[in-house]
Amino acid sequence: MALHTRKGGSGRAVSAMGLSKAQIAANFSDLHPPLDAHEARVESDRCYFCHDAPCMTACPTTIDIPLFIREINTGNPDGAARTIFMQNILGGMCARVCPTETLCEQACVRNVAEGKPVKIGLLQRYATDHLMEQKRQPFARAKATGKRVAVVGAGPAGLACAHRLALHGHAVEMFEARKKPGGLNEYGIAAYKATDDFARREAAYVMGVGGIKVNYGKALGKNLKLEKLRRDFDAVFLGVGLQGVNALGLSGEDGPGVDDAVDYIAELRQASDLTKLKVGKKIAVVGGGMTAIDIAVQSKLLGAEEVMILYRRAQAKMGASPFEQELAKSKGVVIHHNLMPVKVKKKAGRMAALICERTTERNGKVTGTGKRVEFPCDVVFKAIGQTYTDPTGGVLRLEKGRILADAERRTSLPGVWAGGDCVYGGKDLTVASVDDGRRAADSIHAALMG
Amino acid sequence: MANLSTNFLGIKSPNPFWLASAPPTDKAYNVVRAFQAGWGGVVWKTLGEAGPPVVNVSGPRYGAIWGADRRLLGLNNIELITDRDLEINLQEIKQVKRDWKDRAVVVSLMVPCQEDSWKAILARVEETEADGIELNFGCPHGMSERGMGAAVGQVPEYIEMVARWCKQNTRMPVIVKLTPNITDIRYPARAAKKGGADAVSLINTISSITSVNLDSFSPEPSIDGKGSHGGYCGPAVKPIALNMVAEIARDAETRGLPISGIGGVTTWRDAAEFIALGCGTVQVCTAAMTYGFKVVQEMIDGLSEWMDRKGHRSLADFQGRAVGNVTDWQYLNLNYVTKAHIDQELCIKCGRCHIACEDTSHQAITAEKGGVRHFEVKDEECVGCNLCVNVCPVENCITMVPMRKGATDPRTGRKVTGDYGNWTQHPNNPMSCKAAE
Ligand SMILES: Cc1cc2nc3c(=O)[nH]c(=O)nc-3n(C[C@H](O)[C@H](O)[C@H](O)COP(=O)(O)OP(=O)(O)OC[C@H]3O[C@@H](n4cnc5c(N)ncnc54)[C@H](O)[C@@H]3O)c2cc1C
Ligand SMILES: Cc1cc2nc3c(=O)[nH]c(=O)nc-3n(C[C@H](O)[C@H](O)[C@H](O)COP(=O)(O)O)c2cc1C
Ligand code: SF4
Ligand code: SF4
Ligand code: SF4
Repeated sequence: MALHTRKGGSGRAVSAMGLSKAQIAANFSDLHPPLDAHEARVESDRCYFCHDAPCMTACPTTIDIPLFIREINTGNPDGAARTIFMQNILGGMCARVCPTETLCEQACVRNVAEGKPVKIGLLQRYATDHLMEQKRQPFARAKATGKRVAVVGAGPAGLACAHRLALHGHAVEMFEARKKPGGLNEYGIAAYKATDDFARREAAYVMGVGGIKVNYGKALGKNLKLEKLRRDFDAVFLGVGLQGVNALGLSGEDGPGVDDAVDYIAELRQASDLTKLKVGKKIAVVGGGMTAIDIAVQSKLLGAEEVMILYRRAQAKMGASPFEQELAKSKGVVIHHNLMPVKVKKKAGRMAALICERTTERNGKVTGTGKRVEFPCDVVFKAIGQTYTDPTGGVLRLEKGRILADAERRTSLPGVWAGGDCVYGGKDLTVASVDDGRRAADSIHAALMG
Repeated sequence: MANLSTNFLGIKSPNPFWLASAPPTDKAYNVVRAFQAGWGGVVWKTLGEAGPPVVNVSGPRYGAIWGADRRLLGLNNIELITDRDLEINLQEIKQVKRDWKDRAVVVSLMVPCQEDSWKAILARVEETEADGIELNFGCPHGMSERGMGAAVGQVPEYIEMVARWCKQNTRMPVIVKLTPNITDIRYPARAAKKGGADAVSLINTISSITSVNLDSFSPEPSIDGKGSHGGYCGPAVKPIALNMVAEIARDAETRGLPISGIGGVTTWRDAAEFIALGCGTVQVCTAAMTYGFKVVQEMIDGLSEWMDRKGHRSLADFQGRAVGNVTDWQYLNLNYVTKAHIDQELCIKCGRCHIACEDTSHQAITAEKGGVRHFEVKDEECVGCNLCVNVCPVENCITMVPMRKGATDPRTGRKVTGDYGNWTQHPNNPMSCKAAE
């Protein structure tokens, strides 16, 4: 087994686990395999076509779920796809990554009736795949308006905004710091949720509407200034996501053996051969949200021997949904609650253990009990949240560290809109970012044409 | 255990479930399997006159409509009468009857409208020792173009004539199978009785086109690009059949005429309903063609279980019990007031009742209360139409509750008197019988 030392980063001594290509392929196959035509027919039959459907209200992009399901059921999956794309042009990705168990499917009346919601996510995937596979665009652009809009960041928020602006007939120019579009769809989402290079294919499909030019390697705050964008364009949309990570606040946290979960996931997502990716043997993940689950599960799938999640509050407070927690457990991840890391223990310069303290919660505040527990490990992943790092030079009003935007996603600066994870009060979900992007585009359109 | 045995025109069978004349009864092979599975009797697939048999299409003969999960709700066919040799059929009938003495074997017949043709075939059928004959005046397709089947069944005079020929030429009981493809079922039933028929059976299939192929623009089933109307049957036709049975059962001229009920019988419950409307036996085709002969086991068990629960020891205990409750609209009690009531515990908040009532009825169901989804009937608007009950996906969630005597209907402001009052007595009826001045 070849020993690879990671370049850059924290340079910890971990190695690939030597899983075969076939094992890796099986481990990283589709989490929820798609429905075939028969399954879609049977499942769509279950929908009651509710009035003012609760599922629709629960969808952050307010997709007309009963309508699209009925369209599937009547043999019109392409019409169903258009119904979805009308509200959510990233309906394909959302069908794969939305925590439906806490969104539409939780609200589905069949959940109340018999504990088994209509499989809305899988039906959405069936319809969107059907249209996308034909490489047919759902909508045609309106006649050119002569207006130009700059969109910064090509993540879900930026893509959704750009698409809707292009539909309205505006000329869109995107500025993306990375070399690829998609944002966290491309770099962050768990690999088994977006198989077969879906993020890239979807971004290409979205931009296939026309009227969108993308400049890669253009980072606001580095080789691009907001002032100039405001001067050169009729409007600016910021969808820059969260580029910083929270720190544990431990000594030794910057040394070898401690890594950011999101960095590692990005590496994983971009790896051309997962059998060669280095993995720890015993991994401690600190956090309790989606990212913690994703890094833990994927580490396990890559062949890590032991993976544990250490969460500082009680289980009920975990950000990860019960479904996700179950998923992690089913892959052999052990989840510990009421533990906070206090010290990194090293041996011969290498990570040896994470020392934690048991906690209790009083009035929502976490306090240590003084009781310490040692978790031997060779890698610690930080998955305790990301932060907004301002690329605008402080010209926008912030709220709790993120951009303040109104219901139409207008910022405090005239001519500048923002949406997605970088704005305050969002849900930090792909679907919520898409909703922001579309809302902002409609608001920009109204402002420019008004 | 309830006694399910039947005696229909002297024809005995261990239960009232007969297979209707159709593909399930076309050969000894099928019929023996049916008897093994427990069917009480069969009406053999319709025989034609001696000579070269009829020829069926070699393309598809069925069309269908489906409900949720492709549950077959309606079947349509363009099949003709038996396409097997008469002699073979007769031999097989004889053998089967010999081997299965406790089961009913009735032979369905359709020959040209001449007395000699009927005479000839009746003699041959008698030789088989079959229990009776059924005259197929029903087939709406193919045979009717040749002056048989529904072409006879649509002309009461012909029915009467052929029934009489048969009664005069055989000792076997004669059942006349009626076509529903007429405007008033009572006329052909009266004609059958006048001709001396011992019983009627109904319904045969309903003329229908199940669908049109939107690529070829041919009706389905499509035979080389063309289609022809077929005969419709299965669960979808049951309401039509029940009504026709009831019309005959309560008609002054045909009251008491034995009826074998056919059309959409799929479960024990359907059978019980036909019997409650006066039928002595039921006949089944589509249910067997959908699920195989084994379905009869559910029918037998379900019927006897229900009878036990209700204390009916034999079919006679409830046969015809619903007939007296079928009446004309004008005699319905207009003073009977009901209101829909939603059981909030059972409600899953789909909103279907609301939108149905809001868009298409009487705006009598709320959609929210205090900003949350809440579905509740507004008694002051509810006319008691029952639409909401029928669209609600949860059984027994919405019920129609009769208003108590003495209560005031908040919709009309009128007191519920508890008295019976119908349209013939209603003040809004210009023809109402006014009290003498
Ligand atoms: C590990 C992980 C797993 C997740 N799993 C799920 C999931 O399963 N389901 C779900 O719904 N959500 C999930 N999320 C959340 C979801 O990915 C985000 O809510 C969503 O991607 C936010 O979209 P965005 O467009 O606001 O930001 P991002 O997706 O972060 O996109 C921002 C884009 O802007 C670019 N950019 C940043 N700064 C600049 C700059 N200065 N100049 C130019 N370009 C810039 C970035 O390169 C990136 O392309 C997950 C997040 C993480 C981290
Ligand atoms: C394929 C097919 C062929 C039929 N052939 C005959 C027939 O030869 N003679 C007849 O009297 N009825 C025939 N019928 C009508 C059935 O006997 C029966 O009256 C009708 O199907 C309604 O019953 P069901 O709803 O249980 O199917 C046929 C029905 C079908 C489906
Ligand atoms: S709540 Fe469920 S049943 Fe109702 S419309 Fe939505 S998916 Fe269909
Ligand atoms: S019974 Fe009719 S009028 Fe009354 S609530 Fe139901 S649908 Fe509306
Ligand atoms: S149709 Fe039935 S389940 Fe649905 S809201 Fe109305 S009462 Fe509730």
